[in-house]
Amino acid sequence: MVTALKQTLIDPSIYLPTYGVVRNVRPMTGMEKLFDIALPEGMSLGHKPGQFVEVSLFGVGEAPISICSSPSRSNGGFQLCVRRAGDLTGLLHTLTPGSPIGIRGPFGTGFPIERFRGKDMLFAPGGLGLAPLRSLINQVLDERSDFGRVIILYGARSPAELLFTDELAAWKARGDVEVHLTVDRGDENWKGNVGVITTLFPKVEVHPRNTVAVTVGPPVMYRFVLMELLGKGLPDGSIWLSLERRMKCGVGKCGHCQINHLYACQSGPSFSYAQIKHLGEAL
Amino acid sequence: MNPMIIPKAALDDWVRLLRSSYRVVAPRPLHGQHVFGEVGSASEFDLGYPTSVLPPKKYLFPAREDLLKFRTDAQQVEATIDGPRTVVLGVHTCDMHAMQLLDRVMATGYSDQHYLAHRNKTTLVSVECLKPCTAGSFCKSMGTLSTPEVFDLHLTDLGDAYAAEVGSDRGAALLPGLKAARPFADKDTARLNRVMSEKWPRFPLRLEFDVTELPSLLSTSYDSELWKELGERCLACAMCTNVCPTCYCFNVMDEVDLTLKSGKRLREWDSCQLDKFATVAGGHNFRTARAARQRHRFFRKGKYQTDAFGLLGCVGCGRCAEACLVHITPVDTFNELYRRQHQPAAATPQGG
Ligand SMILES: Cc1cc2nc3c(=O)[nH]c(=O)nc-3n(C[C@H](O)[C@H](O)[C@H](O)COP(=O)(O)OP(=O)(O)OC[C@H]3O[C@@H](n4cnc5c(N)ncnc54)[C@H](O)[C@@H]3O)c2cc1C
Ligand code: SF4
Ligand code: SF4
Ligand code: FES
Repeated sequence: MVTALKQTLIDPSIYLPTYGVVRNVRPMTGMEKLFDIALPEGMSLGHKPGQFVEVSLFGVGEAPISICSSPSRSNGGFQLCVRRAGDLTGLLHTLTPGSPIGIRGPFGTGFPIERFRGKDMLFAPGGLGLAPLRSLINQVLDERSDFGRVIILYGARSPAELLFTDELAAWKARGDVEVHLTVDRGDENWKGNVGVITTLFPKVEVHPRNTVAVTVGPPVMYRFVLMELLGKGLPDGSIWLSLERRMKCGVGKCGHCQINHLYACQSGPSFSYAQIKHLGEAL
Repeated sequence: MNPMIIPKAALDDWVRLLRSSYRVVAPRPLHGQHVFGEVGSASEFDLGYPTSVLPPKKYLFPAREDLLKFRTDAQQVEATIDGPRTVVLGVHTCDMHAMQLLDRVMATGYSDQHYLAHRNKTTLVSVECLKPCTAGSFCKSMGTLSTPEVFDLHLTDLGDAYAAEVGSDRGAALLPGLKAARPFADKDTARLNRVMSEKWPRFPLRLEFDVTELPSLLSTSYDSELWKELGERCLACAMCTNVCPTCYCFNVMDEVDLTLKSGKRLREWDSCQLDKFATVAGGHNFRTARAARQRHRFFRKGKYQTDAFGLLGCVGCGRCAEACLVHITPVDTFNELYRRQHQPAAATPQGG
């Protein structure tokens, strides 16, 4: 029998992580590494795209990290794409295969992929936002016939900061995924689009009533991307995003992640625009 | 169970008796204030105390509490869940309402086993308040001047004795062995009725509207200029949240001992009034302005908690009002919001 990791929170403590082990580490850019993590024998993560785990390194602390692998490709483990941003993520970057790592979760609601079936999917990740979205994109591609068009508009600051470039190339090569990339600043080898992510939107036509857009990126990006999507006529309930907040518990207690009355760790971090547009603290 | 009578002369025997099975804590006088702490005899505490610096919440949700202990040189981690069996003597009814909210918060969704372990080992002996405790309190307006159902034993001062109402088995378990305790007689009922009817007029109603209007008043006050005005005064010192019986936001951190081989993860009270409370990696702060933080605080007190848990997030204890150096108080804030909505400032004086 397989135990869902979440069951371990019932007893003895919601704050007690389970030891997993780092199976593989792959540098992606100067700032990001991809970690492949296995849970103990007989335990599964059982996550949905858009959910996150709390990662522990004992003696340093805990940080919320989105699960970037798709449930359809769990392969006995899961993946996290982590940017070096401080104490915990800094130490994480020094880990090698075989290192133990504490995991709690998965937390949050995730994206309601059941309701996306039959629709055209427009993905608009910015920067590190591709990590959480990759989980959803790969699940959609693994069940490709359940969905209409699949469009990916991805922006990063520079060509060197593009994540998952091999996968982006593979998605493009499939022929049934429309991939458009842009960088804020190009370099001598960059032949593609230069400009912020919003410059990609005029390149695609969508059927607003049959399209679901999912965008994940830094806080500043959302206002502009939302303008583009609303401008294309997408209804508020068909636009999904993920709101990052400071999180200290993941279980709806510590108060750090609150967006007005909502706890991002419980009701989010994935929200439809309709759920949050009236909240003064959301965007 | 019928109420009992505990003569005040027997209080000392009672405390000594309880101490054989429990840690007994009560409001102890200290430098002109009262602080909940362990007591060994009746002379060390005062059940007629006005208010305590920190609420007795600290026995259920300590300011600093270990969550886990771990080794860094081995894969070894375990939850730290323990604490002594405790009787808290003399909990005011406002603080009882606050604990009722905490009970609900900590058992909703994911149950916080650390809180619940303390809770299950704690017997709450509440006391009826017979006169207002401080100038800042407004319990009558908030509807917290009677104890909620969660009490174990409830005491009312009848002069030379306490009326003791039993609220639970845990409360009933405190009485056997106390020989001086006796069942209520008719004259006790008359005494209790008199004390109760005399107490209510002593308390002022300090909100200018009914408390059930508070959530809707806040909904329509989100963009009020008052938040900006409070933000300009607020020092972001977090005294208001530190003394509040209904606040429970916390930070989590790891501490490693000198050998670097073992350590613990603990939580510590945190405050939404502090600058970095909502800051994420990359430096973005989702509540930079003090105005936004004050608004968040008062929305939690008057609306969010009610919407989420069906109970008020402010119990009217007045501690924050006493603690704030710049005199930001819930009563003034809520009343001012009400006035601005009901008597627009631009109204010209009548007559003349
Ligand atoms: C739902 C969610 C999903 C995330 N997914 C990813 C991901 O897939 N990949 C990734 O690289 N990062 C992700 N993050 C961000 C990541 O959690 C932070 O980079 C990490 O907490 C920084 O921890 P640190 O110890 O390295 O930095 P610290 O040394 O603790 O601090 C660096 C900065 O991070 C802020 N910070 C501290 N603790 C937290 C916290 N608990 N939450 C948010 N900010 C905090 C501090 O205010 C400071 O500005 C996610 C965050 C959230 C909330
Ligand atoms: S907000 Fe102030 S008055 Fe209300 S419960 Fe907290 S400390 Fe007491
Ligand atoms: S006690 Fe007063 S000054 Fe200090 S944070 Fe609270 S409202 Fe601001
Ligand atoms: S992360 Fe603690 S309440 Fe959401």
